[in-house]
Formats: sequence, structure tokens, C-alpha cells
Amino acid sequence: MTALAAPPTAPEKGGPSQNPPPGRRIGRGGAGRTMKGGWLSYLILGFALLISAFPFYWTIVAASRSNADMAKVPPSLLPGPNLIKNFEQVLEEADIGKALLNSLIVSGSITVGTVLCCTLAGFAFAKLKFKGRGALLTLTVGTMMIPPQLGVIPLFMLIAELQWVNQLQAVILPGLVSAFGVFFMRQYLVQSLPDELIEAARVDGASTARIFWSIVVPIARPGMAVLGMLTFMTAWNDFFWPIIALSSQEPTVQVALRQLGGGYVNDQSVIMAGTLLGTLPVLLVFGLLGRQIVGGIMQGAVKG
Amino acid sequence: MSLTATAKAGPRSPAGTGPGPDDGRAAALRRTWRKASPYAYIAPFFTLFLAFGLFPLLYTAFVSLYRVELQTSGEMEWRGIANYTALFTDEYFWTSLRNTFTIGVLSTVPQLAMALGLAHLLNYKLRGRTFIRTAILLPYATSVAAATLVFAQLFGKDFGLINYVIGLVGFDPVDWQTGTVASQIAVSSIVIWRWTGYNALIYLAGMQSIPHELYEAAEMDGASRWRQFVHVTLPGLRPTIVFTVIISTIGATQLFGEPLLFEGSISGGISHQYQTLGLYMYEQGWGFFHLGRAAAIAWVMFVLIVVLVGANALIARRRARKEAGR
Repeated sequence: MTALAAPPTAPEKGGPSQNPPPGRRIGRGGAGRTMKGGWLSYLILGFALLISAFPFYWTIVAASRSNADMAKVPPSLLPGPNLIKNFEQVLEEADIGKALLNSLIVSGSITVGTVLCCTLAGFAFAKLKFKGRGALLTLTVGTMMIPPQLGVIPLFMLIAELQWVNQLQAVILPGLVSAFGVFFMRQYLVQSLPDELIEAARVDGASTARIFWSIVVPIARPGMAVLGMLTFMTAWNDFFWPIIALSSQEPTVQVALRQLGGGYVNDQSVIMAGTLLGTLPVLLVFGLLGRQIVGGIMQGAVKG
Repeated sequence: MSLTATAKAGPRSPAGTGPGPDDGRAAALRRTWRKASPYAYIAPFFTLFLAFGLFPLLYTAFVSLYRVELQTSGEMEWRGIANYTALFTDEYFWTSLRNTFTIGVLSTVPQLAMALGLAHLLNYKLRGRTFIRTAILLPYATSVAAATLVFAQLFGKDFGLINYVIGLVGFDPVDWQTGTVASQIAVSSIVIWRWTGYNALIYLAGMQSIPHELYEAAEMDGASRWRQFVHVTLPGLRPTIVFTVIISTIGATQLFGEPLLFEGSISGGISHQYQTLGLYMYEQGWGFFHLGRAAAIAWVMFVLIVVLVGANALIARRRARKEAGR
């Protein structure tokens, strides 16, 4: 929904020298205090983990039981045998299959497009000189603090004018706008792309386009990966704009979940099965790339 | 910095650059292109940014002065400030404004306090800390829709797990849907669950940038761990805290998915008891088809955000100055 960036955090202001290209460093307790934690720390953290994980567990439990099970008074806390049956029912009643495919198309295109647009613009802002650079960058960064939700009415009128309501491009194209992404890539390239490298390439007669593809992109790749993951998660989970621009005929997963929850289906286990299906892909991404996502959040902070 | 110099010098040095005898024109052409080409790099982003980002934001103010209906959004009829006066005489506007405020406080304050505590613990040397950090961020990966549906289930009145546990302890079940305070707590808890881990990581990043020597100095002065936390960690973390407060305030002002999906009702409960401004805007625009009125609400939200963010920044600056003056 919203993408916002942290102001350059203290280390960047303090001394850029101790702040290596973002990517790996953060997990290993850089400058901070490194006292050993006692058993109480483990206890409290364990409890916090339990609370963050429990709703996921509960979704699995509820999704694998029957509606009658859900209404029993000592509630059952273990998974049941109905998972597949409930999945089948969701596919039948809410066409989650189509919704999943739509979400994949939307999030995939947004991710590729955003990463590309933002890397191009981030490179220009970081390393090229042109008139109005400062003003344009300020404009971009300045709007990061304004939630896009506030511009949603004219955006809808625009989409309606173009007759895009209920079509996936209505969600994809506005999704490519990421002021945060531009800012993030700029910061990344300012830090990790030495000016000398570009100058050397220029002396060798390389054009800017050539420099972009064969020098900037390889160096920017880790940053692009982090931005891509964050963009994918945000796009997959976006709720506000898709329910306005799309409908039940052409839903993304989040729109379909809304129909499930809005009395479209009355079976609690089926609703939970749908929720599970809608969450699985992003959990998969998170499971594979969790470390990098944590690193990305700690560097630059995105809010979705 | 010396980039332009190189750019100009480049074509003039014949070594390796373009072949061809009429170098003059080619070089001039290339020079022009080199001046113009940065705009080509920002063009894709800025085209989209202007069309889908900046223009809608600005145009909202304009739309809010017109009568625009959803079905005929092409026709606009001048109304002046009538959308605003209609808003200010609607009791549900005031209800939603109040709800936005209480839910905002109920969700933001505990969320940031807990995040601070967790970050402090995460900053210790721990076994499996990467795992803990990742696991604590897991709720952030879920969507509003999924999280809300699960919590609505947990908060169910008759068969919800939370009421069951409350019953085990010996209390009466709470009506999480129709009770005003109860429903607002329930909605806030979804926000808290999703965002605490995220904020904890932001704090952790801030803590790791506090110079180690400060702690050593404090320790030599005999400061306890608690005093170190109050006198070293908190001041060092101030910019980060201000940032999270601002971000959470903005998030709370536009809260929408949680109250919409908590029961699936567009009015935020039977008596609008947990309807937020965001949901009220949606109800006016896409429930009652009054896009002009909805734009007025969006503009009110914008002013609210500017005021709140401004107040935050002001307080932060004044406190920082007081601190410096001591």
C-alpha cells in the first residue's frame, strides 16, 4: 500500500566510512552493545515468538478442520484431516485459483517494473549530473510521506476514464510508482558504485547506456534484489487499491479474501483455508529470503 | 563530481573513441545526447509518477469542491465547500474521527513500547538471533486481509479462542464485535501484531549505530543497565523513535483494511463503533457513490497527517534543543 523510507539512519550521518555497502553487514552486531542475554531474555523473546507464530498455526488448524469442529466449545488445538477438502471448496466457491494467478501476474509485473524504473532513476540521481536534479529528487522524496491512499479518488476517476476498471493494468501501472524505490536505489548506488569506475568506462568510450548495463546493474544487483523482495511482498499484500479498482470477476487474492470474509462463504474452515492459500506464496518468499528481508528492513525501512 | 569534465574531455581525446573522419559533428551530437540522456533514465519513473502519483494527490483537493458521483465520474458539478460542510454536520464523520484517534493511540503506543523492549533484548548476544529476528518479522509478511480474517475468528464471541481462554481464567466472554471499547481493542491488536516486529527491527538498527564507547563510559561511571538504557540508548535512539512515531501516525490515520474486514461491514460495526476515517471515506465513495465527498475526507486526512507530523517534529526538535542546552 504505502512505501516509505526511513530517513538516512544515524550511521549514514555519523560517518559513512563505517557504513559499508548495505547487504550483509547488519546481521552481525556492528557497533552496538554485545552483552550476553540471560534466561529472562530468552523467555520473553520466546513468548513474543509464540505470539507472532500462533495465528499462522491457528490458520492451519482451522483450515484443516470442519465447520462443525470450529464451533465446538473446548476448541481443538491440533490440525484435522480436512485440509484438502477445504482447499477444494475454496477453489470452487471463490475461484481462488484465478485470484492467485492474477496476484502472481500483478505482483510479478510490479516487481520487475518497479525494480527497473527505480534502478534507472536511482542511477541518474546518484551518478549523473543534470539540471533540476536536486529539485526532482526533493519532490520525489517529499511525496514519500504522503500516503497514496489520499490520491485514490482522482486515480479512480482516471482509471474509469481509461476504461481500465476491472483490468489488471489498473493495479499494475500505479503500482510501479515507488518514490521509496528510487530513494533506496539512489542511496545504494551512491555508496557502492565508485565514481572512478564510471569515469574509467567513459575514457574507454563507453556510452551511458553501456555503462548502465555492464557496470551499474551488476553492482546494483544486491540492492535490486532487496527492493524486489520488498516490492513483491507489498504488491502481493496490497488491499486498498485492488478492492477499488478490481471486482469479484477479476480479483487478486486479497480481493478474493475479502469476498470470503464478507459473508460470501459462511464456513469458517473454508475462510481459513482461503486465507492460508493467500498467505502461502508470500510465506514461501519469506522463508527462502527472510534474512535478506530483515536486512533490507533494517537498512531502509519499508512500510506496506 | 568531475564527471562533466570527463564527459566533455572524452570525445575530444581520439584514443579509442568513435572512428570516422568527421569527428566534429559526431562529437557535438554525442555531447548533446550526453546532456539529455539523464532525463531518459528518469523518464519511465517520472511519467508514471506524474500520472499515477503526483497528479491524483494534487487533484484530490480540486475534486473535493465538486459533486462527483461514482457512476458518472466524468461529470463534475461545482459545489464549493458544500462537501466539507456536509461532512462536518454528519455525526458519523465525527465518530470516525474519534475512532481513528482512539484506535490510533491504542495500537501505536503499546506497539512501539513493546518494539522498544524487544529490540533491547535482540541487541544482546543471543543464540539463533537471525532466526529470532526473522520469526519476529513474520507477521509483517501477512496481508491485512489474511491477518484480519484470522483475528476476527480468534475474537469470535461464542466460539472464539480468546473468549475461551478468558472463560478458563474465570471471566465472562467479551463481545469483541459490538462493544465499542472491546471492538476497538480487537482492531488495534491486529495492527499491533502485524507491526511490532517491524518496528523492533527498526529500533535494533538504530541501537546498533550507537557508539560502543558511550556504554563503556557509562559502565565506568557505575550506571546500571537500566540507567544505561535510559541515558544512553533512549537519547541515541531519538531520531529513530521520532521516525517510527511519524510512520505509525500516518499508518493509523489511514487505517482501513482491519476495520473493513473485522466483520466485513463497510460501516465499521452496527453503530459505527470502529469505523475509521479511511473506512468512512470508502463508505462515502464506493458505498454511497459520493466521490466528491470522499475526496473531501481524503483532504481532511491529509491535513490531519500534516498537523500530526508537524506536531511530532516540533516536539522532537524542542526536546532535542532542551537536551542540548542542558
